[in-house]
Amino acid sequence: MSHEFNDDVGKKMGMWIFIFTELFLFGGLFLVYAVFRANYTEGFHSAAADLDAFVGTLNTVILLASSATVAMSITAVQKGNNKLALRFIIVTVILALAFMVNKYFEWGHKFDLKLYPGSEIMEQLGKGEILFFGLYYMMTGLHALHVIIGVVLLMISYFKVKNGTVNSQKFIFLENSGLYWHLVDFIWIFLFPLMYLVT
Amino acid sequence: MEDKKHHISSFNSLLMVLIGLFIMTGISVMITEIHFSTFSVGVALLLASIKGYLVLTYFMHLKYDEPIFRIMVFLILLLFAIVIGITFIDYLLR
Amino acid sequence: MESTQATNHVSYLQHKPHKIGILNWILSTDHKRIGLLYLYSIMVFFIVAAFLGLLMRIEKFAPGETIMDAQTYNGVFTVHGIIMIFIIVIPGLAAVFGNFFLPILIGAKDVAFPKLNLFSWYIYIAGAILALISQFASGGAPDTGWTFYVPYSADSSTNVIWALTAAFILGFSSILTGLNFIVTIHRLRAPGMSWFRMPLFPWSIYATSWIQVLATPIVGITLLMVIAERTLNIGFFDPALGGDPILFQHLFWIYSHPAVYIMILPAMGVVTEIFPTFSQKPIFGYSAIALSSVAIAAVGYFVWGHHMFTTGISYWSRWFFSFLTFIVAVPSAIKVFNWISTMYGGSIDLKPPLLWAIGFIFLFMIGGLTGLVLGALATNVHVHDTTFVVAHFHYIIFGGMGFAFFAGLHYWFPKMFGKMYNIKLANISFIITFIGFNVLYFPLFIIGLQGMPRRYFDYFPEYQYGHVISTIGAFILIIGIFIMLFNFFRGARKGEIAPANPWKGVTLDWQIESPPTLLNFDEIPVITEKPYTFKKEEEA
Ligand SMILES: [Cu+2]
Repeated sequence: MSHEFNDDVGKKMGMWIFIFTELFLFGGLFLVYAVFRANYTEGFHSAAADLDAFVGTLNTVILLASSATVAMSITAVQKGNNKLALRFIIVTVILALAFMVNKYFEWGHKFDLKLYPGSEIMEQLGKGEILFFGLYYMMTGLHALHVIIGVVLLMISYFKVKNGTVNSQKFIFLENSGLYWHLVDFIWIFLFPLMYLVT
Repeated sequence: MEDKKHHISSFNSLLMVLIGLFIMTGISVMITEIHFSTFSVGVALLLASIKGYLVLTYFMHLKYDEPIFRIMVFLILLLFAIVIGITFIDYLLR
Repeated sequence: MESTQATNHVSYLQHKPHKIGILNWILSTDHKRIGLLYLYSIMVFFIVAAFLGLLMRIEKFAPGETIMDAQTYNGVFTVHGIIMIFIIVIPGLAAVFGNFFLPILIGAKDVAFPKLNLFSWYIYIAGAILALISQFASGGAPDTGWTFYVPYSADSSTNVIWALTAAFILGFSSILTGLNFIVTIHRLRAPGMSWFRMPLFPWSIYATSWIQVLATPIVGITLLMVIAERTLNIGFFDPALGGDPILFQHLFWIYSHPAVYIMILPAMGVVTEIFPTFSQKPIFGYSAIALSSVAIAAVGYFVWGHHMFTTGISYWSRWFFSFLTFIVAVPSAIKVFNWISTMYGGSIDLKPPLLWAIGFIFLFMIGGLTGLVLGALATNVHVHDTTFVVAHFHYIIFGGMGFAFFAGLHYWFPKMFGKMYNIKLANISFIITFIGFNVLYFPLFIIGLQGMPRRYFDYFPEYQYGHVISTIGAFILIIGIFIMLFNFFRGARKGEIAPANPWKGVTLDWQIESPPTLLNFDEIPVITEKPYTFKKEEEA
């Protein structure tokens, strides 16, 4: 058993526990989703048809790829190749930004169609549709917030790799940022079919 | 602390996992195109679970880390499933 | 006492790296100082919230408007609830004694993440200040009750958003503290301290921390949903838009029932430390107590629906929740039997900590047994939303958690401050508080059974006897508590110097100096036996 305060297993455990709380934070919304989907199956179907499955799929591919690249950056650091690791991190950040740009246009398009909570068009929709869009905005919005936090963590990791504080001996910070980034991916993996594929 | 060497995932294995994830994404999109309604959602969720499993195991390195992490993750997901189940005792039987 | 040895041998209270006094506190990452920061903040808020409680009791002294109107009364009971629940009892024992004694009891120098620990306190203070602002800001004090039930919380024109945000932020602090403690217990136990050689207070903190980590985010997202409901008109909980107010209650109680265990488990842990010491006997049923903490945490997560029996949830789910509620009483009862068995045949030393701990058992039993009245489907309907419920949870939360908190303070005070309080005065304050408590809350059981609803500022004349007795009890209680606080303040300022081990305890906290040095231990101890192993006199 270790008594060092820089105990890497302990830090990783801390990150995992934080991830659990994040899972339960989204879990509350998934629970709400499940209940309303059971109550308004039809409305959820027709509302989900308004979402662009292509954009959703594209974003899924982007996030999956970014998850792989951040894992590869850890491998590169562990092998002592910091330069390669930096490239992988940059690719990850670029993919994350691409995700956000997509999201921006997707939300923008919805707003152009006046599909947002409280709008006149929304109020004429059925109850299932209203709830679906409420959940859509809340869940993807909260997810986007996590993307931003993840990007910040990745940027910090970038500088730590660059100045050598993260190296082949000590890489827990990058590992933990990576874990957080995978969490963002993990949640999206479930959001994607529930939002875009229930048609 | 450094008693056993830290496992390093190879680039190849990570790439294979990514390809697997892409393929499953493709399948779930295609299945919903066929409009099986409830059935297709079930399959899409099943595929999502497999994808989640892959991410947890390989990307998040659970397979090679201390067993305690695997136990924790399993119990947490189980807990969430139970909470959903109990809530639905109310909603399905009302 | 005034050891002038190497700098690392100074007591934590004398260790002052900063010139400006306050910085030694607000920049300190020492778990002991952070524990005291929580203690002082909780004390201040406790006095505020207790004062609000007293105001409510005065209002109820006579039927009709006595000192405040109905709307003021709504605000007062809401803010009383929010402060008491989110700022005092939920962090309460875990943040004060958990911070101070968890590392010491497991033989560690600090918690796993000391900076995060200090950060949690800052978040806590931010949330607490926000809660206070909600009381005084222009919209008027929130009047929803601490439970924030929709649809009213989505409509009320008062400062509900402030209060919701405050609760959200306080929850975040609670999560980070829990996270810190879990990692601490997993990674920083002294060599040789296996799980089943760990004292029982850390066990209870471990179970508590998991609830904090896994239940709090649910209420966090729920509060965010209510905020979204108010600001964005989303409709999750609004039937007009297809939403479901009952769903809010599900989500809210998924957290808030386990939150009761966040409050009570560390309290059980504290008295579990006290009984062996004052009986000079090993704890009876060590593993049963350790595992019952975990069992309470696990089963307690699945009983939330017993708050919703009258809302129209399905028959089977009422059945299920009622059944599990009875099940979760079993591990609590196991603990009670073990505490009593620990005292049986021991050489009992009736010092103030033990008095408070016995008071805890007595009141907790009343609270627990009346809980079964509420957990049973048929009787629940009769007493639902009456003062019976109010009395029940004050017996559990104040009589349980509160009395255990005071027991812990009397137990560990000499260790924390290196000074002793006046034992005689402590006994007197216990007796007055105990009497005041029962006079205050017991009549509420009776008028509750007779039909007095909770949260009403007015009542029919036939309830006046109960209310008058209860209000008299409130004054007795306040006097008792002030005597206790006075005793502590006097003790801390000019009490006798306390020896390292005034109660002849055997756990690690009593093997180090009073007050502890900055790093607790000169040398990390190696654990070779179970905790609570009392040596015979001659060996000492
Ligand atoms: Cu409850």
